[in-house]
Amino acid sequence: MAAEGSNSIDALGQFQLHSALGAVGGSVNFTQSNLMMVIASVGVLAFLYLGMKPRAMVPGRLQAAAELGYETIMSMCLETIGGHEGKKFFPFVFTLFFFILFGNLLGVFPLFFTFTSHVMVTLALSLTVFILVTVVGIKEHGLHWFTYFVPQGIPKALAPLMVTIEVISYLSRIISLSVRLFANMMAGHVMLEVFGSFIVMLGGLGLLGYFPAALSLGVNTLLIGFELLVATLQAYVFAILTCIYLHDAVHLH
Amino acid sequence: MSQDTGGTDPSFEERLKVARSKQGLDAPPKRPLSDQGEIGGSAWGIGARVGVELVAALVVAVAIGYGLDHVFHTSPILTVVFVPLGGAAGILNVWRLFAPKKSDR
Repeated sequence: MAAEGSNSIDALGQFQLHSALGAVGGSVNFTQSNLMMVIASVGVLAFLYLGMKPRAMVPGRLQAAAELGYETIMSMCLETIGGHEGKKFFPFVFTLFFFILFGNLLGVFPLFFTFTSHVMVTLALSLTVFILVTVVGIKEHGLHWFTYFVPQGIPKALAPLMVTIEVISYLSRIISLSVRLFANMMAGHVMLEVFGSFIVMLGGLGLLGYFPAALSLGVNTLLIGFELLVATLQAYVFAILTCIYLHDAVHLH
Repeated sequence: MSQDTGGTDPSFEERLKVARSKQGLDAPPKRPLSDQGEIGGSAWGIGARVGVELVAALVVAVAIGYGLDHVFHTSPILTVVFVPLGGAAGILNVWRLFAPKKSDR
């Protein structure tokens, strides 16, 4: 990369963890990632509390947003999981969706940290979903649940092979669910960082660099918009996949 | 939107529905949900999904094979057995994504 001053782009440095809240945070290893999780949780609570406080017949912007969020997740639960069970799992899916959504969206702001860009965080979230789905399945159907791994209408001789493949496929949900969210968030922030560095580096080149620097600025502006889309979409995808897995656990085959 | 805030009569719901459908507020949220059940998404999104599904199954299979090898001291054999199974599971995942949805599976 052409540059004179700082010669390399440190695109991954932004994901480094360091302790937040001064000495107290340092002594208990409270990182800025944890801080962002707390901020996201408080943000969701504040959003819902302040949004629903007016209880107006004709909602204002905040109330409309809160109601829209509630209705979207509710209809997602009812349509995907179905009827009575859908209502039962609504609080879980709602919490999951808004936690991830706020984590993703807050990460777009400068100086904020995106905790969903760490695979350990998303892995913990997807493991929660996975364990819940398995427990729900076993609780609903007992040992009969294990027939989930035996596809219908296969020859007996093929059963061991198919069951192994099905089990691998089932386990791979943990990885695909977590990697999808983590990779999307991380890729977006790396792109932002790279184009941000381009602006600085090319701008430092003098007259020749001003045009490409302005171009990178334009790209970065577009990327911010794209990042907002990805942040919302990935939270939605995580929630709807959770619903689909719950549907599979509740209704076998 | 703010000129008729006073009325709370029973026809309010109807008027709201008419206004919403005129503004096109009702149609968009319905379509993506009933369309596929998941995001149809852009070509990029589909490609990324397929890639993640394939690799995830393979990673799980290699982890199982490697772990079992470690337990039974049969070094490469079980890994070798599980890698094609993982590939098959990956294909199965992709098939599940794009399979025509006849049953509600």
